[in-house]
Amino acid sequence: MIQFLRSLLATAALLVMAAAFAQPVEIVYWQYDYATRIDAMDQLIERFEAENPDITVRQETFPYDAYQQQVAASLPAGQGPDVIQLFYGWLPTWQRAGYVEPLPEQYFDTAELDEVFVPMAQAGKINGQYYGLPTAVRSLALFYNADMLREAGYEEPPATWDEFIEIAKALTEKRGPRFTRVGYGFAPTGQDHHLVREVLTRQFGTPPYNEDLTEVLYDSPEGLAAFEFYTSWATEHEIGVTSFVPGTDGYRNGFIQLENIAMIIDGSFAIGSVENGAQFDWRVAELPVLEEGGVKANFGSYWMNGLTPNAFEDERTLEAAAKFLDFVTQPESMELWLEVVGELPARQAMVDDSELASDPVYGPFIRSLAYATATRFVDETAQRDLMVRAMDRVILEGVDPAVAWEEAAQADQALLDQFSR
Amino acid sequence: MAAPTLRSSRSAAASGSRTRTPRVGTILSYALLLLGSVIMFFPFLWMILSSFKELREIFQLTLFPTSWSLDNYREVLTGTEFPRWFLNSLIVAGLTTLSVLFFCALVGYTLTRLRFPGRNAIFLLILSTLMIPTEMLVIPWFVMSSQFGWVNSYWGLLFPGLIPAFGVFLMRQFFTTLPRDLFDAGRVDGVSEFGLFWRIGLPLVRPGLAALGIFTFIGNWNAFLWPLIIARSPDMRTVPVGMAFFSNEAGTAWHLIMAASALAIVPILLVFFIFQRQIIEGVVLTGTKG
Amino acid sequence: MSTALDRERRRHRRSRLSLGQRELIWAYVFLAVPLVFFLGIRIWPALQSFQLSLFTWHVDPAQREYIGFDYYRELLSESRFHRALLNTLLYTVIIVPVQLALGLAIALLLQSVDRFRPFFRAVYFSPYMTPAAAVAWVWGWMYSVNFGIINTFLIEWSIFWENLGLPWLAIPPQPFLTDPSQALPSVAAVVIWQHLGFQVVIFLAGLQGIPRTFYEAARIDGAGAWALFRHITLPLLNPVMVFSIVISSIASLQLFDQVVNINFTNQGGPLDSTLTIALYMYQEAFGRFRMGYAAAVTVVLFLLILVVTVVQLRLASRKVEY
Repeated sequence: MIQFLRSLLATAALLVMAAAFAQPVEIVYWQYDYATRIDAMDQLIERFEAENPDITVRQETFPYDAYQQQVAASLPAGQGPDVIQLFYGWLPTWQRAGYVEPLPEQYFDTAELDEVFVPMAQAGKINGQYYGLPTAVRSLALFYNADMLREAGYEEPPATWDEFIEIAKALTEKRGPRFTRVGYGFAPTGQDHHLVREVLTRQFGTPPYNEDLTEVLYDSPEGLAAFEFYTSWATEHEIGVTSFVPGTDGYRNGFIQLENIAMIIDGSFAIGSVENGAQFDWRVAELPVLEEGGVKANFGSYWMNGLTPNAFEDERTLEAAAKFLDFVTQPESMELWLEVVGELPARQAMVDDSELASDPVYGPFIRSLAYATATRFVDETAQRDLMVRAMDRVILEGVDPAVAWEEAAQADQALLDQFSR
Repeated sequence: MAAPTLRSSRSAAASGSRTRTPRVGTILSYALLLLGSVIMFFPFLWMILSSFKELREIFQLTLFPTSWSLDNYREVLTGTEFPRWFLNSLIVAGLTTLSVLFFCALVGYTLTRLRFPGRNAIFLLILSTLMIPTEMLVIPWFVMSSQFGWVNSYWGLLFPGLIPAFGVFLMRQFFTTLPRDLFDAGRVDGVSEFGLFWRIGLPLVRPGLAALGIFTFIGNWNAFLWPLIIARSPDMRTVPVGMAFFSNEAGTAWHLIMAASALAIVPILLVFFIFQRQIIEGVVLTGTKG
Repeated sequence: MSTALDRERRRHRRSRLSLGQRELIWAYVFLAVPLVFFLGIRIWPALQSFQLSLFTWHVDPAQREYIGFDYYRELLSESRFHRALLNTLLYTVIIVPVQLALGLAIALLLQSVDRFRPFFRAVYFSPYMTPAAAVAWVWGWMYSVNFGIINTFLIEWSIFWENLGLPWLAIPPQPFLTDPSQALPSVAAVVIWQHLGFQVVIFLAGLQGIPRTFYEAARIDGAGAWALFRHITLPLLNPVMVFSIVISSIASLQLFDQVVNINFTNQGGPLDSTLTIALYMYQEAFGRFRMGYAAAVTVVLFLLILVVTVVQLRLASRKVEY
């Protein structure tokens, strides 16, 4: 009897094990909620599952504004995604707290990745190891209302910042103490802090940080000149005011819906909103430069796909997760992503070959990728805040730009010191 | 402000003499209330009116829509899972309110009407839980929920709100106003301890219960952070969580937010009017008994 | 009465339990479920939070490093924390008295009118019902420097008086939320506006609980309006008042939602002028993934609220005179 039971148990155990192996591995993928992104990922998952019948992928999405909260709470409980999409700027804080793991060497070859991805993908590395890869990248450009420019006698978008100021001045209107129309839609918390940190500093002659991210370099005469130049748009030239249109994306709503903002600087991810909402002749141009032939600079950024500790639970999950991550960063996936979401591919060869370089809308963004840098943050939230603070100090409080800039540099240096420690 | 206020409290007290011609004080009361109403109601009105505008027009700052359109409502109701979110919110807020009314009243009653060692200590212990911001409890709660398998379930959505210290405190304050003799008399008449609470205590604190019911329902109807974290699949989202999906990196769908907000208010209004009746009926009861 | 006492005594003898013992048992029977709830769902997680504040944060508990009270030392020297602390106290000092006074006044006014009472009540309660996103949107526009209705009014007002030759009555347009010195009161006004309905409902419920006969008896004794208010309404409203003060203080000290929503892109700004402790904690926890530090901030906030509440309860209970 006991013998019989034993053999029965053994058979059962075998069956269970067999079932476990036959059963497909399920991995969970997280990204923030956006209709076209979900759609694109669904299509990618379908293709991936067809190629790998033993793996199923479940996609879960969460509101953009609450994405980090969701992640922060889930992973400590051992719940949530195996593969996750995160903004590249979050990587250092996530990595320090163990929310993402380096890509395992048995599946990913660092040297090869260095070669095939656009240079800005390097911002996904810490201590020489990749923590994630982008499916798509974005850059900044100048969106302008061509109807308005024409009305003021300008057929071409500004090529230099001086032209930019001139046009913006011509288009700014005031009634009494209040602005009714502005030439430039200020957005310190939008893209302007990137514009100052990564674009203007370089154009004025200094990179923001040193190579190994231990030292703030914008704390120099060139850096200060860049910052003074930006704040002068508001204080001296009055081509706009901060919070002109209230709300989360006021500058964009003013440009698209209210048509009382002539020019904004925004990322390629805004193309869709402008396309759907704008009822005027809107166009896109590369960011202006200081003078004809001067240094070009742009801020590149991306959402990267990384692996969480959950993926490392067992070998089969890890293999499946790595396969999936590799799959969504293949050229075919990038093509699909570009088609469905409208975001630029992240592989160098594709950027070089892209027919889009001559596209009137995508062109300026694609061309900008050649000289775009993704700022290597140590703590994106804190570094954003200190830059916004410097702008507010000058524009709202009338503090000397040199003082405000020095404060920012010191706070920034303290963060870098903390990180490298 | 003070003079009409005082006179008014008296006129409320002198309920018998309502037929007198309106006095200056009464007219002033109406005038003040009306003025306040404009300030209080304006944003609400704006929200409702905006919900009939298309996105473009929402930014134009005109109060009334140029053409009244139901498109936003149509999109919210058919283009999203709003009906499901609505149902979830109803379930969560409804069940929570029932639990809160019962348990908070029971604890409030026990803490005031029964004498036992540890009474004050227990009250302080409960009160102290009010002082911990929810934001910080979210992670321990989530770890707990995933251990017990509560993630993405109704139980998971509602368990943190079942007995709020706020409600215990409110009910305790209402029970302290009741005269002790009532309960002593009941006890002498052989009413069971639970009966004292259920049959004598509860009817007397109806105004308090009504207020608590309103706040609990609204609080849970609008709760965001915890439902956001515990709801994993789209079919477990509540209204506020679902509405958060109307906003992202590329912009905010204000026209949908306004329509969804307007729709979300409907049950709150109903609950308010139901409990408001209770508050008024409460007057009659205490008025005759005191 | 004596028969009742006899009956009581007989019952005691039968149950062999004193009244005190019986109350004790029943009290704990009634409290059993709630106590388990509070200990398990509130106190225990709160203790875990305290424990977190002594460790560096990591997803894997095994990799959390014990650092003692380092985070507490750090936050005491952190200028943003100082700012948040100061702002939070300012909010509380502004919001609590104004809300209480207005709430009581409106409740009394509502009591005094016979017609349209349900209508007025609904109207005064409407801000409390309006979802946070809609509130933020509407107030953001009302406060807007260049488009807002408040500034439009101020400009028209000024033109009116200037035309009358009284320019000193003119008020220039105000920056409101965009100015570091005006932002905090502007946000406080929204909080007061939104929570007024809460106070009104509480006070109405409290007023309804006061038996009419008290007033009638006092009026027969010839008491005036002020005397009725001072000697009947106020003392009998005291328990409800204590509740209102304590709850609105705690809510103000934990102020978070409105601050986050109304200045969404620059939460707590401009220049940290609207930052609160709860928001600071939230940013550290979920923006920078510094849970340990955020937990330390929470503990300090908890202690602050505890002190304020205990002081309030002490003062309030001393005042009670039935």
